[in-house]
Amino acid sequence: MLAYIIKRLLFAIPILLGVNFITFALFFGVNTPDNMARAQLGAKQTTPEMIAAWKADRGYDKPLFYNQNAQGMNHVVDTLFVQESAKLFQFDFGRSDSGRQISADIQERMWPSLAIALPTFVIGLFTNIAVALLLVLFRASLLDRAAMVAAVILMSISGLFYIIAAQVLFGKMLHWVPISGYESGWSMWKFIILPVFIGVLAGVGSGVRWYRSIFLEEIHKDYVRSARAKGLSEIQVLFKHLLKNGMLPILTGVVVVIPTLFMGSLIMESFFGIPGLGSYTIDAIQSQDFSIVKAMVFLGSVLYIVGLILTDIAYSWFDPRVRLR
Amino acid sequence: MSLVFLWTDLLIWILFGAVVFGLHSIKKSKQARKQWREIFESPIAMASAVILSVYVLIGLTDSIHLKFNQENRWAPAGYENQVLSPLDLSLWHLVKNQERTYSAPFASHEYSRSILYDENGQVQQVYRPLKFAAVHLENPDNRQVLWQDLIKKSGIALLAAFLLTLVVFVFHGYFRVRAYVKRDIRVKPKRLPWNWGYLTLFLLLAVMSILYYLSHFYHVLGTDKVGEDVFYQAMKSIRTGVVIGTLTTLVMLPLALFLGISAGYFKGWIDDVIQYLYTTLNSIPGVLLIAAAVLVMQSWIAQHPADFGSSEQRADLRLLFLVFILGMTSWTGLCRLLRAETLKISQLEYIQSAKAFGMGGMHLIYKHILPNLLHLVLIAVVLDFSGLVLAEAVLSYVGVGVDPTTYSWGNMINQARLEMAREPMVWWSLLSAFIFMFILVLAANLFADRVQWVLNPRNS
Repeated sequence: MLAYIIKRLLFAIPILLGVNFITFALFFGVNTPDNMARAQLGAKQTTPEMIAAWKADRGYDKPLFYNQNAQGMNHVVDTLFVQESAKLFQFDFGRSDSGRQISADIQERMWPSLAIALPTFVIGLFTNIAVALLLVLFRASLLDRAAMVAAVILMSISGLFYIIAAQVLFGKMLHWVPISGYESGWSMWKFIILPVFIGVLAGVGSGVRWYRSIFLEEIHKDYVRSARAKGLSEIQVLFKHLLKNGMLPILTGVVVVIPTLFMGSLIMESFFGIPGLGSYTIDAIQSQDFSIVKAMVFLGSVLYIVGLILTDIAYSWFDPRVRLR
Repeated sequence: MSLVFLWTDLLIWILFGAVVFGLHSIKKSKQARKQWREIFESPIAMASAVILSVYVLIGLTDSIHLKFNQENRWAPAGYENQVLSPLDLSLWHLVKNQERTYSAPFASHEYSRSILYDENGQVQQVYRPLKFAAVHLENPDNRQVLWQDLIKKSGIALLAAFLLTLVVFVFHGYFRVRAYVKRDIRVKPKRLPWNWGYLTLFLLLAVMSILYYLSHFYHVLGTDKVGEDVFYQAMKSIRTGVVIGTLTTLVMLPLALFLGISAGYFKGWIDDVIQYLYTTLNSIPGVLLIAAAVLVMQSWIAQHPADFGSSEQRADLRLLFLVFILGMTSWTGLCRLLRAETLKISQLEYIQSAKAFGMGGMHLIYKHILPNLLHLVLIAVVLDFSGLVLAEAVLSYVGVGVDPTTYSWGNMINQARLEMAREPMVWWSLLSAFIFMFILVLAANLFADRVQWVLNPRNS
């Protein structure tokens, strides 16, 4: 197992290098350091010396991919791409345009994001599975049909509508919860309850459809028939046999998103004014702060790859037939 | 008067041509025809197909751009040398009738008070009457008069909608009768639920024509901050939604098909490289990749304004670029599916025997593998459509969507969302955008469900 994890971690390196290459090509290829310097220093009289000083300060004065003046390996190593990538691999994200340390910002803003994303994820998962099992229990009935129609309708509504409608209804008209804002500590519940509710509601349509189709695929298998033949009630069949076997395909889709919960939700956080990583990213996009966007892209890819590895481990855990090598 | 070709116009007409060609080849193949017939045997699929085609038709009328010269007598007065589409021309009264600020649907007065001086020099706060709405009524404040007027005009519009449906019915009836006469009497196919299609068409036309006819006398969906008619904005947004939903597949399909089939068929290092490629792209969070690419494009356009011509062309190029980026980020899912399926198919005996007969490479892929992948492609295209329409709204909200001057539901939502804090609320802009979007996405989802149900071999 350990050998497998190490192997997978080593495989992650070329992928992360690829990710770095894409972001690097996007940011530095089109938007050269000279342009960045001019944008940063403002429209005032910018002399070439000032630009050179700005570039030297940031370490942007090296060539992009290939350094002609260097010796041996330094042809490749002493370049902007390698230097920047090396910093990212050490999780040293540098400073944002406003001069703040990005790593510190991320560590601070991670928790509000988790406070929203984790409950949304857990409650959403349970609701979806519970509703899907209920529909499988009453399959091909009027309830099943009606719920499927409702699921398609829920799926077709824009996520923005859920947020705006809920804010107006619960925040503005009923005054049940504050419209937006955030506090740490126990008083946070009133700020996170609405985003969590909306997150669950917005995901319930597609979630229930997906889980239902997984369970329906299982229900025609032989083991279900033998379980029934043993005299188990339908409820027992569902919970003891169907749920366990259905967990396998569910795991593939679910475990991979767990690490990315840290990243938060862009839209939700910006609408509700939650100081998490999602709103951090959105602010960075809107103020065109490339260093933050770059850091978030890298972080997101790392978390995704961790998610992939976790999926494999979880698979071998739940299904003894799967052996990791 | 001369035609102006924007890039997205060109591509969307190419795509339209491709679809017509596809329909033609479906007509020739007996099996494909049977499958499509089965899709339309469901009343829901029929109804959603009607809705989708009306949306696409509106999008297409908005994809022909004309430029009027000064002396042209068709040119709407005062707006010469503008690039206009047939949709603009038919909604011209709305462009012309710009108010000063917000007004509610069917309102006769502005939404907020403004300060006026009366003849005695006294300051007064009054709701000023709208310049172009409800001016034909003598006493628009009287609810009863307003309702009577609305009902009377709706009746006329309903009649028009009925006649229009009848025209379609007669036109279509000609083909139906011809097909009936030429039918093969040995087979008795299931009847298609045409009545459901006509019902949907009539309802849709009724709503549209009521809105359209009344829009000559009122602002049917209100006006926005600068007094522009919301109905006009929502209608113009249809094209953006349709372009993003359909053109993205044009970018995505060649990549997914080429890479997916190559990976599955050639295996070995080609497979490794392609797998690496899509794992890498997949591991970047989608919104962030799109945002990064759009940011870069924005700064590129800002640095080279001379390369992009007029503001319409610039907005159009931004739309095209967004479509391109969305395509680049969304091919990975389909590519993985196609790779797995190709791997499975190329193990089958008929492929082995084709190889043994000396058939190889491209010919074999084209003749024997590609046709067996088409159902996957079709399902993916239909499923993606609704997701892309919804994505546009979110991206425009984040600020990395279409150009702010382009009409789109995302931009409408983005501009109107702050107005919800006002008292009383300015809800019409938001709700119109959401409803226009909802109908399109719902129809697409329902249609996609049916297509998936019929084409997926596991369901038989």
